[in-house]
Amino acid sequence: MADSEGSSVDRRGFLKELATGAAAAATPAVMHAQEHDHQDVPSDLTLRAKALESLLVEKGLVDPAALDALVDTMENKVGPRNGARVVARAWVDPAYKKRLLENAPAAIAELGYTSGQGEHMVVVENGPNVHNLIVCTLCSCYPWPVLGLPPVWYKSAPYRSRAVIDPRGILREFGTELADDVEVRVWDSTAELRYIVLPERPAGTEDMTEEKLAALITRDAMVGVARVTLPPSGGNA
Amino acid sequence: MNGVHDMGGQQGMGPVRYEKNAPVFHERWEGRVFALDRSTRALRKWNLDAWRHTIELLPPVDYLRMSYYERWLVTLETRVVKYGLVTQEEMETGKAAPGSTRATPALTLETSSRWLNRGIASSQDPGVPPLFAVGQRVRARNINPMGHTRLPRYARGKNGVVARDHGVYVFPDTNAHFQGEKRQHVYSVQFSARELWGESASPRDSVYLDMWDNYLERV
Repeated sequence: MADSEGSSVDRRGFLKELATGAAAAATPAVMHAQEHDHQDVPSDLTLRAKALESLLVEKGLVDPAALDALVDTMENKVGPRNGARVVARAWVDPAYKKRLLENAPAAIAELGYTSGQGEHMVVVENGPNVHNLIVCTLCSCYPWPVLGLPPVWYKSAPYRSRAVIDPRGILREFGTELADDVEVRVWDSTAELRYIVLPERPAGTEDMTEEKLAALITRDAMVGVARVTLPPSGGNA
Repeated sequence: MNGVHDMGGQQGMGPVRYEKNAPVFHERWEGRVFALDRSTRALRKWNLDAWRHTIELLPPVDYLRMSYYERWLVTLETRVVKYGLVTQEEMETGKAAPGSTRATPALTLETSSRWLNRGIASSQDPGVPPLFAVGQRVRARNINPMGHTRLPRYARGKNGVVARDHGVYVFPDTNAHFQGEKRQHVYSVQFSARELWGESASPRDSVYLDMWDNYLERV
């Protein structure tokens, strides 16, 4: 019963997505369309999640305060700002970069980032002739301590299916053109290793502080779908 | 199993839909499901590999239709019953049965951070020797198990080179079915794009997969 209700919501979302036609490119993934409906009544999934939570709390299996803390951690304490600080440090401190490439978990822990899904992180370095790209074709493996939870597109069928067979096409969609003589290395996270890309430091940043550099470094660059670039200058570079 | 989750190399899935400034959770229930999942996993009735396998067991049409956290919610409902935390009757009524066991301690605020810090069951184990060496040419075995595996279809039967030895990890194919941890070495194995996809692929490109000893054979 609950399932059929769920299906109808999804179908509605799906049809709505189809109906938006050309605007679809600017909207979230088809599978998430229903999440952006503003409904007056709680959705089926909201009710199901609430029912499960109240049952598990009543049985003493979970603690609501611990649930709040877990959500708060993922929303506010981990995220790509952590990874940006790691990359910026590696750019300005060659000894740190060496430690990061040799033993990423230890080097990342030096900056205080130690939460779950990152026990076995590996940093792969981009260069003038090498470009790295991270994917998990089987599920959604991602280095939580430095990047937080993965975005919807990273977990989506289009990215997971194509990153390994057509990485240059994926990169092009993200606006990242690679010359033919650049070697692309795709890392499919099939085990418990969690990969992060060390992007190239852009030219023109030689005088920037570590803090300013960190502000340039994006999640997309650390997944490898984009490069780090200077913000468009307002006339004076 | 050769499930729809094994997506590497599939075609026709469309363009990547990018959302600018996306929130961590799009709706409140997603965050609650995430937290419920992490909390119940800490009760250790199932392991990470068994967790992944319940998602893989979703019917393909449902897997593709559902959003990411919907998959988590639906399989969590299944898992709490399957592994004995909740009875089917309790799920249907939404109420704890009178006299039902509540002995399992709830994950508390204090313990949740500790558990977040140990999400992956794996370890370095100097007692397990590697079966392959860095630089060695290897072939991914052609296996098609009905159960859980982390060897994607697109690499099976393909030749590669061991690029790095990452140490010893729990073997998911047995651990997912509670048939033992079978600890063994995991390697990054480099497969050339041409070996995987044929002559139309770039001669410079490659895909690195993390492979357990039992996924590999000598060439």
